This record gives sequence, C-alpha cells and structure tokens, in this order.
Amino acid sequence: MSKEVGTENRPDNTAFTQQRLPAWQPMLSAGIVIPGFVLIGLAFIGIGVALFVTSRNIQVLERDYTGVEKDSFCYGCSDLKVKNCKCNLNFTLDKLFEGPVFFYYGLSNYFQNYRQYGNSKDANQLSGDKEYFLEPDESCAPYERDGGVPIAPCGALPNSMFNDTFKLYQMVNGTRVEVPFDGKGISWWTDYNIKYRNPPGTPLKKAFEGTTKPPFWPRPAYELDTTDPSNNGFINQDFLVWMRRAALPDFRKLYRRITEGEYAKGLPAGKYTLVIGYNYPVRAFNGKKKVVFSNVSWMGGKNKFLGIAYLVIGSMCVVMSIVMLIVYAKFKFPDEE
Amino acid sequence: MLTDVFFTANPPPPPPADLWAPRTCCCARATLKNTAHIYAVAIYTGMETKMALNYQTKTQKRSAVEKSMNAYLVVYLCILIGKALVNTVLKYVWQADPNRDEPWYNDRTAAERDRHIVIRALTDFLAYMVLFNYIIPVSMYVTVEMQKFLGSYFIMWDDDMLDKELDERAIVNTSDLNEELGQVEYVFTDKTGTLTENNMEFIECCVDGHVYVPQAICNGQVMPGSDSMDMIDSSPGPQARESEELFFRALCLCHTVQVKEEETVDGIKHGLHPGKATSFYISSSPDEVALVEGMKRLGFTYLRLKDSHMEILNREDEVERFELLEVLTFDSVRRRMSVIVRASTGEVYLFCKGADSSIFPRVVAGKVEEVRGRVERNAVEGLRTLCVAYRPLSSEQYAEACHLLGAARLALQERERRLAEAYDQIETQLVLLGATAVEDRLQEEAADTVESLHQAGMKVWVLTGDKMETAAATCYASKLFRRGTRVLELTTKRTEEQSLHDALFDLSRTVLRPRAAAGARDPVSSPPGDCGDFGLIIDGATLSAVLQPGQDDSASGSYTEVFLEICRNCSAVLCCRMAPLQKAQIVKLIKASKEHPITLAIGDGANDVSMILEAHVGIGIMGKEGRQAARNSDYAIPKFKHLKKMLLVHGHYYYIRISELVQYFFYKNVCFIFPQFLYQFFCGFSQQPLYDTAYLTLYNISFTSLPILLYSLMEQHINADILKKDPTLYRDISKNCLLRWPIFTYWTVLGVYDALVMFFGAYFLFDNTTFTSNGQIMTSNTQMMFGNWTFGTLVFTVLVFTVTFKLVLDTHYWTWINHFVIWGSLVFFVVFSLLWGGIIWPFLNYQRMYYVFMQMLSSGPAWLSIILLITAGLLPDVVKKVVCRALWPTTTERIQNADKLYRGQLSEFSPLASLRGGQRDPPPPPPANPRRSDPPARLPPSFAAKKKHMFTRWRPKPAYSSFPPLLRFAGGGANGGRGGAYGSAGPETTV
Repeated sequence: MSKEVGTENRPDNTAFTQQRLPAWQPMLSAGIVIPGFVLIGLAFIGIGVALFVTSRNIQVLERDYTGVEKDSFCYGCSDLKVKNCKCNLNFTLDKLFEGPVFFYYGLSNYFQNYRQYGNSKDANQLSGDKEYFLEPDESCAPYERDGGVPIAPCGALPNSMFNDTFKLYQMVNGTRVEVPFDGKGISWWTDYNIKYRNPPGTPLKKAFEGTTKPPFWPRPAYELDTTDPSNNGFINQDFLVWMRRAALPDFRKLYRRITEGEYAKGLPAGKYTLVIGYNYPVRAFNGKKKVVFSNVSWMGGKNKFLGIAYLVIGSMCVVMSIVMLIVYAKFKFPDEE
Repeated sequence: MLTDVFFTANPPPPPPADLWAPRTCCCARATLKNTAHIYAVAIYTGMETKMALNYQTKTQKRSAVEKSMNAYLVVYLCILIGKALVNTVLKYVWQADPNRDEPWYNDRTAAERDRHIVIRALTDFLAYMVLFNYIIPVSMYVTVEMQKFLGSYFIMWDDDMLDKELDERAIVNTSDLNEELGQVEYVFTDKTGTLTENNMEFIECCVDGHVYVPQAICNGQVMPGSDSMDMIDSSPGPQARESEELFFRALCLCHTVQVKEEETVDGIKHGLHPGKATSFYISSSPDEVALVEGMKRLGFTYLRLKDSHMEILNREDEVERFELLEVLTFDSVRRRMSVIVRASTGEVYLFCKGADSSIFPRVVAGKVEEVRGRVERNAVEGLRTLCVAYRPLSSEQYAEACHLLGAARLALQERERRLAEAYDQIETQLVLLGATAVEDRLQEEAADTVESLHQAGMKVWVLTGDKMETAAATCYASKLFRRGTRVLELTTKRTEEQSLHDALFDLSRTVLRPRAAAGARDPVSSPPGDCGDFGLIIDGATLSAVLQPGQDDSASGSYTEVFLEICRNCSAVLCCRMAPLQKAQIVKLIKASKEHPITLAIGDGANDVSMILEAHVGIGIMGKEGRQAARNSDYAIPKFKHLKKMLLVHGHYYYIRISELVQYFFYKNVCFIFPQFLYQFFCGFSQQPLYDTAYLTLYNISFTSLPILLYSLMEQHINADILKKDPTLYRDISKNCLLRWPIFTYWTVLGVYDALVMFFGAYFLFDNTTFTSNGQIMTSNTQMMFGNWTFGTLVFTVLVFTVTFKLVLDTHYWTWINHFVIWGSLVFFVVFSLLWGGIIWPFLNYQRMYYVFMQMLSSGPAWLSIILLITAGLLPDVVKKVVCRALWPTTTERIQNADKLYRGQLSEFSPLASLRGGQRDPPPPPPANPRRSDPPARLPPSFAAKKKHMFTRWRPKPAYSSFPPLLRFAGGGANGGRGGAYGSAGPETTV
C-alpha cells in the first residue's frame, strides 16, 4: 500500500488520530485485587453452601434394573428372546418422598451423541412435511426404507426409541393402588408446539398412509400412546424426550411426573412396586438401565458438583487473597508506598 | 530502460574523435536543458549498467513477529495433526470391541460396512481435521493484516512527525513492518542529508593563513565570532589582497556549476535565498554551489558560461571574462578537479581545487603550514574542507598540456588510465592559494535522537561516502561518539603500517578485554548492548579487504568473524568512504551474523536505496536529493529526528500490540477447539461437533474478533510521552521478548487450562445428573432435559465470556472504543444466540439450535455454572498477574505503577531512573549539544564533573537552573536563542 498525505487531505488533528483519546487506565494492583478476591471468595462460599445444602435436601431413589446378575429382579427379562417380559421392582420408602416427584429412566454406555446416529433423522419429515414421508432423507439410511416402503419417522434415532414401560403401585393395606403418572409437559415446549408437527390429516393413521413403522418399534407412530389419542405421532411426549439427544453416554431422561391426586405432595412412606415392561435391549453393548425417582429444588435436580465447585473456587479466592496479602506485607510493593 | 545515453548537441558538432568519451555521455534520468531536443544513441541498456548493478532487488520483507507467528503456526499444525491422529487411533482401539463398533441402535449401511478399513480410517482422520481445523487461526492473518493496515494510519496521522516547513508527513509504504520498528537493534544511517541537512553553507575561507568569513546571516543566527577572524574590510595589504582576489577568482572559475535563470528547475534544485532568486546555481555537487554562493557574498559573482567564456562580476561591478580552455573533471581517485582558463590579458592559468590530501603533495609554493593548520582544525570541527591552488601556465606548458590531454582522449585503449596520467602530469607544481570550509549542518535534534537510540540499546552505524575526518567530526557533533568513547580506527592508514590481520586482532583484544573483565565481575547486571564505550571507524577500502573472500581461505572467514565481534562490542561504528553497494553489504553482513539482529537503514539519497532495501526496515528521508530513497523505503519521514518517535513510541506500541494479538489469537483458538477434542472421548470418537455450526463459524469472525483488533490498534500500556522521554524502556521489548517460547507456552497452557475448566465444568454438571431447566419462564413446574446442543452452548457461552474477559484483564488503555467493542461483542453474542435460537424468527425452527440458548438461560444452574466457570478460568491469570507485578515487576509495570500514583503527571517529570530501582541505569549521557559550530560548549571541562544531575520526581518542574555550566557557556557564546535550545533539550537527556 502506498499513499501520499498532502496538505489537501490532511486529517483533522483529533485526539483519535493522535492516539490521545481520553482513557481509563485500570491496573490489577494488589489494592484492588485482594479485597476483590475476598469479596468474590465470600460470595462464592455463600452460594456454594446454599447450593450444597439444597442439593443435600434433594431425595433421590435410583435402581438399576438391567438384570445382569442372576439374583437381580429383572434377570429373567434380560434375555432378548423373552417377549413382553415384565419384572417387578419393590422398594420401601421410610418417609415421605416430597413432591413433586420426577421419574426418570437412565441409560449408561449408550452413545446418543454419535454423530451419524444423531444425524440419522429427517427434520422435514418430523415437522410434518408430507413430501418427505414418501421420500425420506438419505441421512436416515439404513432406516430409510423397510422393504421399499418409506419409514416414518425414519432414521436410527427415532428407530431406537426407548420402549420400556413403567407402572408404579403403592401397596396400601395389601392391595395395589396405581400411582398416577403425568406424562404431559415433559418435553420442551418448543419441541411440542413448534418444532415437531404431525402430518395434516385425520385420523392420524391416514396421514401416515404409504409409510411403515420403524423396524424396532412395536407399533406405528400414530399408536404410540393408546390411552391418549392426542399424544401420538411426532408429538408424543416420550418420543420428543427421546429425540433430544443426550450430551453424554450416561444419561437420564424424564419419563413421568407424579403430580396428581393424593400423590401431588409426594410419595408417602410405604411399600411400592414398580412394574417394568422390559423391552429395550442394552446388554448387547454392555449398557445399563436404571430408574430414578427424584424431587427438584430451585436449582434443578441433585447436583453436588456445583455446590462443591463453588466452595472450592470460593475458598481458593480467599486463600489467594491471603497469600497475596502475605506477599504484599513481606515485599511491600515498592511503588505503592 | 535507457541507461547510458550518448548525446550530441547541435551546433557546434563535436569532433568525431570525441564521440565515446565519458563526458559526452549522459546518464539515465539526466535533465535536458538549454535545448529543446537532442539526438542520442543508447550505448548499452543491459544488466551491467551502473544502475542495474546497484539495483537491489526488492524482496518481500517479513517482520520478526511474522516469523514467530509462522513458528507458532507450525506448532499448532502439529497439534492439529496430532489431535486428529490420536483420535483416529483411539477410535479404532475403542472400536475393537464389536459392541462399541456398531451397537444395534446405530447400524451402518451396507455400503459403509463394505468400505475398506484404510479408507474408513482416512475418512475419519480427515473428518477430525475438519473438526479441529479452527485451531489454526486463519482469521488471525486477516486480523493481523487489518491491524497493520489500519495501524499504519496512526503513523501517517501523527502530527509529531509532521514537518511544517516541507509540509510533509510520515509516509508508510508498507504496513507489514510496524512492529519491526520496535525491535531494531542496529541503525544504519547515512550522514549527508540524514544526520545533516545537506544544506551546504560556506563558512569560511583561508587565504594564506588569513581567515575570511562572509557576512551572512544563516537561518536567522549571526555566525559566531572567533578571535582569529579577519573581516574582509581589514585588508592585510596589497600583496595579500592580490592573492586574495586570485583565490576568489579561482573559486569562481574552478567548478562545473551551471546557472539556471528560471524560478523552477526540473529535478535537482539548489535554490538559495529565495528572496533574490532570479538565478540558480546548479551542480552535481552541493559543495560547489555553496562555494560559488559564498564567493558571491564575498563580492565575486559568477555570472554565466557564454561562448566558452566564464563571466565574473568582481567587487567593482566589472565583468571579467575568462576563456574556459579545459576542464579536468573531478574523480574520486584524484579527488580534485582543475580548469585551465585564459584571462582577458592572455595569461593562462590552471586552477585546481580538491581534498587537502591530494593537493598538498603537489604544492611547491604558498603558505602551506598556515593553511594546513586551518584545514585540520576545520576538519576536526566537521567542516568539509577543500584546498585551492593554481599554476600559471606558459604558452609552451599549455600546448604540452593540450597535447597530453588530446592524446589521452583519443586513445583507443586504456583511455581512462591515460587520461588520469595526463591529469597527473598537468596538475603539478601548484601554488597554494588557500582553503575553504563548507559546513553541512546537523539536522535539528539529530544529536538528541542519536543519543536516544543509544540509550534504547540500539547500535548506530554511520555509513557515508565522505572522508574520515569530516565524518568523524559529524559523529562527535551528533553524539554518536561521546567524550568517553574510545575510538578505534581500522583504516587504510593503519593497514598500511600493520597487516590487516594484526590490526584486526589487536582491536579485538582491545575491545574484548575490558568486557570480559566486566562480564566476570558482574555478568548479570550489565545489560546487553551496553558494552563499555567503543567506537570504530573503518573505511571502505579496509572494509572490502575484510569482507573479501581472501586468497587464504582459512583466514578470510575468520576476518569477517573477528570484525563482527569487534563491531558487536562497539556502540557506534563509522564507515566512511563507502560505495552505495558497500552500504548494503554491511547491512547484509550484520543481518547474517549469528544473532540475526534486526536492522534499520535510514537515508535520503539514491545511494542509500540499496541499503534501505537490504535492511529489515528501510526508512527514507524526504530530502533534498530527490524522492528515490523515500519511494524505495518502507517508511519515509521528513526529518531524522522523527526517527525517535517512530521507533520509541510507534515501534514500541505496535510491537506490544501485535504480540498480544498473536498470543491471544492462539490462546482463544485453543480454548475454542480443545473442548471439542475432549468431547470426542465422550461421544465414541464419532466426530460429533460440540458447538453448533453457526458458533463454529462466527466465533473467530464476530464474537471475539473486534475486541482484539481494537485492542491491537488502541492499546497504550505506557503513555507516549514517557516512552519518548525514557528510551531505555525500548530495551524492555528487545529481542522479540514477548513472543518467546516460554510466553507462548504460558498462553497455550492457559488456553488448555481454560478449555479443561470449561469442558469438565459442563461435563460434571451434565454427567448423570438431572441438570435441567426448571422452566419457570415457559411453563411452570416442568423439567426439561438438556441435550447435547445445550451442553455445547453452555461451553461456548463460557468460552466467549472467558476469552473476552481475558482481554479485559489485559487491556490497559480503555477508550470508549474499547468499551464499545468489548461489551458490544458480548451483547452481540447474546443477541445473536437469541435470534439464532428463533426467539423472534420462528422460521428458524428447523434448525437444531431452536430455543436452545433461551432454554439454557431459563435454568438457574446454568447461570451459576457460567459465572463459576468464567471465574475459575480467569483466576490463575489474575493471580499470576498480581503476584508477578508485586514480586518481579518489569520496568514497564514500575512505570505504570508510578504513572498511576502520580495521576498521569509522570510524563511531566523527567527522570525515571529513580523508579527503575537501580535495575538499569542508562549510561549517563553527556549534555545536549545540538549545534556543532559552538566551540566552547563542545568541550566544557567543568561539565564532566557536573553531568550527573539528578532530579527528584517530587520537584514540580525540571528547573533549568540545573544547568549552570550550560547557561554560562551559552551566554559566553553571545547567543540567547541557543540557551533556550539547551533548556528544552536538558530535561530529556539529564539523568
């Protein structure tokens, strides 16, 4: 580049061109940093204590039901040859499990974050675009077509949808009373209302005409929820929960909430039986399945990490400020006397 | 390219025998005058013309910073490939378990299964390369270019580098080297026109021992008087008057000056005294013009050359005519020229003028001793001296001379040698008339600038074509050699006595001994470049002998080495009698020496071009000798004094700025990509990106680019005035010290640490816990599970804030622009994330980031973890900064502290030495002495004792009364104006 700056195009003699703009010139001097560190440290310790206490108060009940060991309650079902196997998980609560109680299923060693797996779906199809029902996206392969018939919803991600079923009973005076599960609003509001749409047409079965169900599914998409006709197709809550891929290979997904009737305040102390319809095979890839009952606080579910981390960082700040203070006292910052 | 042109003017046609002589040739770019056109023949236009031979090919100059950048880039490229390789290998190790390779939920297509494992591995490797390629900061190069381009405007805009007289500003011809200005270790400067003004002024002449000074007023100052001065009116007597007039006539006749009548002249212009400028004198040598001008002021005016007759207007306003018979042109071997003229009375004279060394041996009469004394005195004072002699020729002698010359000119072989012989025979038996002294005045503040450069740790070399005595005098005047400097000579004179070998080794012993002793005594505290105080003078002939690959191969290599060793230990070197290409050779030699120092060459003339092109940084002065140097340079400045601000302020700033820019860019890309690498361990090595595509693309382009760009344009860690006042601060950044490997490693480690904090912070938050949104905003009392994109968004949010806050911590100069771009980019990131999440435009619902950011922000733990992770990421750096500042403060930090303490008034207090805690006391510089022609002040005996003035910084103003000796001397010089000059120079130089 080359330019001549002559008289005619001489720039104004401004503070900017002369690099003399007024400026704030802060410095990380000990006088600012040490009190700052103390303040931040104390604040962090405060938050950390609050988080830690809150997290401790959260009740969590977690049971593995993979059935690997012979004596475990679902051992009989872990054999894939057994169809429609059911197993019972019995547990006793000594005190009230405060509500609202959230019920999760958890999978381990399950890579929902595989790249190819995650891409293996057709977003257009899932948004209810009929064109893509007959011509699913290539990314769905090898679950694009089943014997030439297009699959809806296509792809590995929908195909592998979790299909164990759970029913919770409380033993009241020797009889089993079913604890009502609330399956509404467990998915993202935007997923349910905007992102995923069923194809136009009533009944829903008609809209899915010309397609077939994913090969691993027991029933087609329009019959996912036999009890609630409006909870079918692509806006089935369980389907939506499944479609939001987990970030890490050990994950939980929300299954139901317990918010209704006499259980709205929580699960009272007593004996319970969870009847598990065991369908989902995980032993092939050394996976684990579990169920989790948990209540939540203002900071979400049980999470020790955040509280501890706050405490650690907070105390580090305080320790650092002490160290700096010692350095300061000992060496007397030479220019700040 | 038409280089050598033969021309013939018409009429009269020159004799055919004269055709191929040098004097009938005119060189390329000659100015055509007195005729509308000429017929010319190009003799030779090939690669061996003088111009082509002296032409230095313009090579791409790259700064040291860029070289560091490239080295870092290679490291990062290795990291990139390493990461991709590690992941590819691990993937196949991991997949060795068939359950992991292809779990039932993630079946491959048949085509994928059939693919050969090598192809699959290769595909995987390339996929990793694509995934991690952001670690190579491509955008850094764009930002660096923008920074350099935009930053160069600040140099051009700088009013401190505006020359009001010339109405010129600094020009930036290449913006690639801004930061190199902060790294200069060797300064090679031309003398004439660079250190000096190249404005020749006739100072005095000496006729038979009587000194004449023209009653002239130079630049508004009366020339200082001297005891031995005779004014013209006090004529010493008729005898002397005769020789005096002969001397004046000789000077009026013995030259090749031409008279130009118009106001404007194409090309070179030597107009003096614009008030009465109806005619100009033009000559290839400014000295001649000065002499003729001086004669005009002494009463003899050269009018014109008309019909081979030179016309002179003498004191009585009579026109005298002399027929110009022969011109024995100047050449650098003889170092003299002569004319043979016939006076109107018929007598034939030979007038000869030349360097003292070439005249005195040929003189047979005249007051040689008196003149010699005067000449030597003048030479020591830095005046350019010439001796004038004459020889009356009888008609026989003239005929013989004509014969000699004619024969030589017509010779077909060895014409030049024969001509030289002829000249030699004719220019004998001279009668000495006297001597002249012409001054080339130092540029204003040249001494101060040279001194500052010295204090800043630079070695200043003066490369000049002038003779040794003159050049040495200029060097003393410009403070290149100080009073304490031991000047070593390596000149032809010395090598005649001693063999070159012995001389070199003698010198190296002299230079190395005290240094070794000092090194043994206190090896740590002696800063580099502060080696005793040696100066070296070397001349061109000796230099070429040193550099010549000699007959004796073993010795020749070591000559160069020894010479370099000597030079390294000299703070100042003067190379005189240099050819243009030799200047470049010297620069090249230093460039190639084992430390590979950064060199800067500064010059104003065409003869400096090759040196300017050769040096790392070439600076041209927009001088009298045309624009060629300025055009070929990297930077052009109006005056030598502007070099000070250019290097000490702009160079320093740009180095600080760009080094932070480079380090920061690598840092932020490590932070960016390392979590993505870690994520591969948790997603089955499936190349799953952690961040959304939009984030991957925009991270370097939008979210983190402007703050660092503006930082690298605006940052001023120290006030510019302080930088200018305390040149030693320049040493703080020498040797590319901010881009050394330890610092680079620190930044990279910091980046990796931040990446670990960000990734594992988010990991533990997500891992097997019910980290959810409690959805207070959207619907009450629901739990919404977060997926992989929320994970990535959380990491990315922490990332953007952490790297921006890291810059916040590093920014020391917060203008409103910095505030605007830093907070603006963070706001932009948030706004963009919301928009991209479809908060306003629901049509974005097809994409995977739909509402992800919004959902994340609706979760309390997300906020808490963002705050936590940012704090954790920045904590070590803050602690490191504070502790280092307290325990091992750099000079820069001390100055910053002090500046803060005195609320920015530090720049008004001059000496900073007391703040430096005795770390690096600059050598006590001698007082400023801007003007050479001030004999009393140059050697003040009492000054040495009093030169260590120490201001305390509590004194409100630098009191001028601290310079009593200076004021007294200035007063003794009967010059009030100069006292003021000292006053202003004082505070900058006294420690």
